[in-house]
Amino acid sequence: MDRTATQRLKTSSSPEDSPLSKMTRVILIALFDIGAFWFIQNALSKGFGQLVIVISVITVMLNLIFLIPQAYPFRWMAIGLSFLILFTIYPMIFTIYVAFTNYGDGHLLTKEQALPLIEKETYLPETGKSYSWTAFKSASDEYVLWLINPDGETFLAKPNAAIIPAKPGDPGIGEADSKGIPTSIEGYQRLNPLVAATNKELTNIKYGLEGEKAVQVRSPSEAAELEVRYKYDAATDTVIDQSNGNVYLNVDGTFTTKDGKTIKPGFRTEIGFKNFADFATSPALRGPLVQIMTWNFIFPAVTVLSSFALGLAVAIMFNDKDFPLKKLIRSLLLIPYTIPGLISIIMWRGMLNSEFGVINHVLEDLFNWAPRWTTEPFWAKVAILLVNLWLAYPYFMLVSSGALQSIPSDIYEAAKIDGASSWQTFRRITLPLLLVAVGPLLIASFVFNFNNFNLIYLFIQGGPPIVGATTQAGHTDILISYVYKLAFESGGRGVQYGLASAISIVVFFIVGTITLLQYRFTNMWEEVSENA
Amino acid sequence: MPNISQTYETLRSSQKFQKRLSVTVRLIIALFLIFFAIFPVLWIISASFSGTQSLSTQTLIPARPSLTNYVYLFGLDPNYKFGDLVYQKWVFNSVKVASISTVLSLSLTTLAAYAFSRLRFKGRVTILKGILLIQVFPNLLALVAIYVLIFQTGEIIPAFGLGTHAGLILVYLGGSMGINIWLMKGFLDTIPRAIDESGMVDGATHFQIFWNLLLPLLRPILVVIGILSFIGTYGDFILARILLRDVNQYTLMVGLQIFTAGQFDQKWGVFAAGALIGALPIMAVYLALQDQIAGGLTAGAVKE
Repeated sequence: MDRTATQRLKTSSSPEDSPLSKMTRVILIALFDIGAFWFIQNALSKGFGQLVIVISVITVMLNLIFLIPQAYPFRWMAIGLSFLILFTIYPMIFTIYVAFTNYGDGHLLTKEQALPLIEKETYLPETGKSYSWTAFKSASDEYVLWLINPDGETFLAKPNAAIIPAKPGDPGIGEADSKGIPTSIEGYQRLNPLVAATNKELTNIKYGLEGEKAVQVRSPSEAAELEVRYKYDAATDTVIDQSNGNVYLNVDGTFTTKDGKTIKPGFRTEIGFKNFADFATSPALRGPLVQIMTWNFIFPAVTVLSSFALGLAVAIMFNDKDFPLKKLIRSLLLIPYTIPGLISIIMWRGMLNSEFGVINHVLEDLFNWAPRWTTEPFWAKVAILLVNLWLAYPYFMLVSSGALQSIPSDIYEAAKIDGASSWQTFRRITLPLLLVAVGPLLIASFVFNFNNFNLIYLFIQGGPPIVGATTQAGHTDILISYVYKLAFESGGRGVQYGLASAISIVVFFIVGTITLLQYRFTNMWEEVSENA
Repeated sequence: MPNISQTYETLRSSQKFQKRLSVTVRLIIALFLIFFAIFPVLWIISASFSGTQSLSTQTLIPARPSLTNYVYLFGLDPNYKFGDLVYQKWVFNSVKVASISTVLSLSLTTLAAYAFSRLRFKGRVTILKGILLIQVFPNLLALVAIYVLIFQTGEIIPAFGLGTHAGLILVYLGGSMGINIWLMKGFLDTIPRAIDESGMVDGATHFQIFWNLLLPLLRPILVVIGILSFIGTYGDFILARILLRDVNQYTLMVGLQIFTAGQFDQKWGVFAAGALIGALPIMAVYLALQDQIAGGLTAGAVKE
């Protein structure tokens, strides 16, 4: 009988399920469920729908894994899988979803949050009555208004109570002053007009009975019977302006009339492929995007080629057992790789400073000329490529020298006997054999640099800016730094999560295709299939 | 006959000469390359010891070497200090966050790798491949989603919300089920099954085999993956930048980046001192363990 089959039988379920360990497991999972239930409750009450779904999925998954004996192998990776779902898979799905919405400035709220704000707005109808007002305040911060209409009639208005005609000298109301306003009202203190005019709270209170035409303070001199301006009709998904009868239709998360008038705030909603279509249709967006895309391919390609060439050259040069000081030279050449990237990049930023940097000082002394690294697009790109060469060649030096040593020396001897020149040996033997080992790493490095946010952003924030772009795009921006700027650095133009997510997806497809090709050409797939 | 031996002799000496020449040429090239590699480091060391803060007046050999930049950075002079002693906090935060994430993520990775290497179950290959594919979608692309996720979590459990180290660590852990599982599984695959079987014969459970027999053998790879993961987290900038709020909570990288905003050329000296202290331990570890790390790299990982 085949041994793997017995093993499969043995390991497919949990062999060590003593009653005690089973009980502990059930208790632990029960405790976890209680916590998860509490969390989901809270998330529900706050309206975080997607979070509720993902936490529920994880909870169900963990219960299955720990309660079903056949799921034993998954217990080893249960926590890791949960994190993977929560922080990698869920954000991926969320990003894809956001790419099809208008999420961003002006559309940050959900419809449920935006409608009450829209419906709060009021107007004074033609038939509405207006008054001049004086405010009185009680010790417990309640207000009453003393109203005088244009005909000189006087009223007392309290929140949630009918507005009643009243005269100075009535019970509870003090004597009138020179303007006919009572000096006091029982239980309340008269407010200085100046204090009252600046009191924001006053304008929010509605005086009069609920449901009837309520009086609201409108300006320091006027209180009036205001009406709700916008009424939402759920059946047709429209908003009607009560003051003039205009109908606002829901257009991509903004209520808009036929002639283009809009109501703020807008709200989050699905808008289909609009974010993607914008790349093609909006000239202000397309311009920088084509430029950014082009650079996004040039930058990693040049970086990988240059740093591989230099790294390989160094590795070959010192691939000699009895080369003097070999170890020391290698360690010194490795130094750029050992410094945290951010520090190196900022360091270079200082050294390449156009006015004060050491490099331009030297160049100016020697040639009386030095490039403006930060303001001229061409030189900014050159600077970035140089810095990245410095950062990346030690990595290729390491991997190439490792791979060189694994090439059997008898091949070289055979070549020597056949009279091959050293260039021929390199071209026909070393390089092809090396590429087998290093090739996948070249592709991986291309992919890494394709999204090398740190370098681009920390060096000059993707600058210098592209003139005429509607978003803050720069000449050295790559897609990922552009995404970051769109999403987190509004710069007065507003954050645009939807657009940023759409670009993220484009990046994902590019990088995903390259990586899949890489797996195709390496044995990673086979390796795992063989062992299965 | 003498003719032949003479030719042989000249050939040998000319070969020797050629060899010596080639070594000399290569040494000269090496000097140039070393200059290229370490000049920035020398320059920053010099900047940190120069008496002047400004970028423009710095020279390679400081005219008046002084420790003022360090005194300022560490707040040793009460009248002349860097913020509210935040530099020390940044370093502490970085080490704390990176250590905790490294230890936790190593544990998760090793446990999962054991199952992938030693157990056979349905979905094993699918999940292994899936893990690789998911890596293609870098954390960075989902920044908005991660930000919203941590924000919402914080609304329910404030201890894990925006502006907390716990929230940041959670996000780092989310990336732990990645290429490291492949590395670890690959290493585990090289450990002979006979070791497991000897344990099984004695009636050991899977966990006992893992803990008592395999874990000690995993130590070398654990050290390499641990160091790489520590350095990766220590050097992370963007996630920490987005999720942390308060200057006292910043990690060193975020702090240094914020610090260089504005009139950078006037703060050059202090930045140099701060950067040097932040970089030196990492440099030392790398150089000391370069062979092991190179081994780990060629096994299929790319430095982040």
